[in-house]
Amino acid sequence: MSETLARSGLRVGSPAVYGGAAACLVLLVLPFYLDRFWLQAGLFAMAAALGAIGINLLTGATGQLSMGHAFFLAVGAYGYCAFAGDGADGLAGLGLPGWLAAVLAVALSGLAGGVFSPIAGRLRGAYLGIATLALIFIGQHVLFNAHDLTGGYNGRAVPPLSLFGLTFDDTELLVAQVPFGAVEKLWYLGLILLLGGVLFARGVLRGRPGRAMNAIRDHRIAAGVMGIPVARYRAAVFVLSSMYAGLAGVLLALVFQRTVPEYFGMALSLEYLAMIVIGGLGSVAGAVAGGVFVSLLPQLLNRYSDALPLVSAPGTGGIAPGEAARYLYGAAVVAVVLFLPGGLARLAARRPGKPGSGKGPKNPTHTPTTNEPSGEAR
Amino acid sequence: MSTFAEFLINGISLGSIYALIALGFVVIFRATEVVNFAHASLLLAGGYVTAVLHDELGFWPALLAGVAGAAVVGAAVEFFVMRRHRGADHSVLAIVTIGVDILLATELTRRIGTDILSLGDPWGDSVVTVGGVTVAETRIAALLAAGLLITAFLLAFRYTSWGVAMRAAAENQETAALMGIRLGRVSIGAWAVAGGLAAVAALFLTVFPTPGLERATSLAALKAFPAAILGGLDSTTGALVGGLLVGVTESLATGYQGDLAFLGRGIGDLAPYLVMVAVLLIRPAGLFGTKELARV
Repeated sequence: MSETLARSGLRVGSPAVYGGAAACLVLLVLPFYLDRFWLQAGLFAMAAALGAIGINLLTGATGQLSMGHAFFLAVGAYGYCAFAGDGADGLAGLGLPGWLAAVLAVALSGLAGGVFSPIAGRLRGAYLGIATLALIFIGQHVLFNAHDLTGGYNGRAVPPLSLFGLTFDDTELLVAQVPFGAVEKLWYLGLILLLGGVLFARGVLRGRPGRAMNAIRDHRIAAGVMGIPVARYRAAVFVLSSMYAGLAGVLLALVFQRTVPEYFGMALSLEYLAMIVIGGLGSVAGAVAGGVFVSLLPQLLNRYSDALPLVSAPGTGGIAPGEAARYLYGAAVVAVVLFLPGGLARLAARRPGKPGSGKGPKNPTHTPTTNEPSGEAR
Repeated sequence: MSTFAEFLINGISLGSIYALIALGFVVIFRATEVVNFAHASLLLAGGYVTAVLHDELGFWPALLAGVAGAAVVGAAVEFFVMRRHRGADHSVLAIVTIGVDILLATELTRRIGTDILSLGDPWGDSVVTVGGVTVAETRIAALLAAGLLITAFLLAFRYTSWGVAMRAAAENQETAALMGIRLGRVSIGAWAVAGGLAAVAALFLTVFPTPGLERATSLAALKAFPAAILGGLDSTTGALVGGLLVGVTESLATGYQGDLAFLGRGIGDLAPYLVMVAVLLIRPAGLFGTKELARV
């Protein structure tokens, strides 16, 4: 235990602890000061961070390339709508209480991941990447066509969540003279979910399963020889990653208040891959950093498009904010792998005073390929 | 029966185009062991150059320029990005190509916007009817061009020193390098060839009956991924068979979608992926892919 604490650099009285506590305090009081736009942007960032943790467990820590993450987000978002909807809008709905619907939606995402495990457990590398591409297209097809369940092209409205008698909708609640609407309330829910997600993923990565996952990534056969049930681990990580995606999907749906199929396309999957590369493969902090970066970037550019050179409002002919954001994170992906292997997480770990503290697991970019048998490479 | 024959011929023609794209994909994979997720963007780049230049230059020079343009883009990606990462983990390299794809695709879709660009091909919408079977001229041209290019490519792959170098590099990079094969040239050559093939494919993906070059063209090009995978990523034969399989399935599923209405609209676009998943369930390395044997 003390070893774990020392490894994470968390000693009582260390600057990291004070910094963390201060950051938590700031996050807690933000809803009292920020307006709706910023809170919504923050909530998107939290959902993205949750989803990015999921795909980082799969792609970063276990080395399984997945292009199908958006599919599982969609399962979570639409699953929540279907479980919680009361059928008033003519779409299928079970009318379950919101919290139960959210739990079931996450379980459903995990189940969807489990159904895919005959493929996920057997394919590797590029094969898995492209096979998961199929999920996106299957997902889009279902979302557009299963009209009774998904509302087709126009999507469906998301029923608000209620928890312990508190409903996360726009009925205003006065807290210390500040009116709390949906985003303010959801902000705290998002923080709790993100904290739980981060702690759980750290627990997984730092314990026995994490070592097994990294061993599978670094050398699958050696891992198998050492007694790690490789196929079962891979299927399990796929399920866990899908559940994170499902949770992110539920949160996104609650923030958006409407789910539309177009959002859950291939671009979203690529965004998530960009997040974990920028943040740092295999590290939870990196996933959070990358998620915040990639999801906040377009909104910031959008907000300040007047003030920025080269960027202009959408539809005026110049580079629209969304496009500018894509240029930036596309370039960031390439640049990070070129100049900063390990991503933002490693940048933080490389600060002076902590030489080679190696925060986060070893990055796959540092795996010397010459040590691999030629068969393993393909 | 004649409708079935039409669907079949259209499918084979479409499949030969997919095979062309998949071939480039496989060539890059064999030469560098990198999965190039930016392939659809290379194709879009080639098509865009042709579309922009055909008014000034005329169709054939514009097509040549498109092929050259896509080859240059491919070579540039290799030279400025992939070469800097040589030796890195292959899944990381695959993600780098995704970054490149985001950049290229954003730039091209921004330029194309909501337009539908014509590539100025000489065939237009004329059709040929033989024995009650009506086929568009563009489909025949596509079949011929793809057949010709694929044959030429396979011959070059087999008999020229470039092809030998490429196969040697695919077999074992270190040994090939020790034998004096310049891996950098092999890899830049592979990217350029793949770009050129993709540009030709771009032409035939956008001619009649498709309206023209638009944003969604890259989605059509993506179907070459399942083609390459279900054939087996490291097999040129696999790319051809996979391409044809995907093309015929798509054409038949689209043609008979009236009978398949219970599966929903647009099942034809989904068919390639379903075939791929079915094949991968039975043969995880694809139809012709090398089964992995590892010595520990």
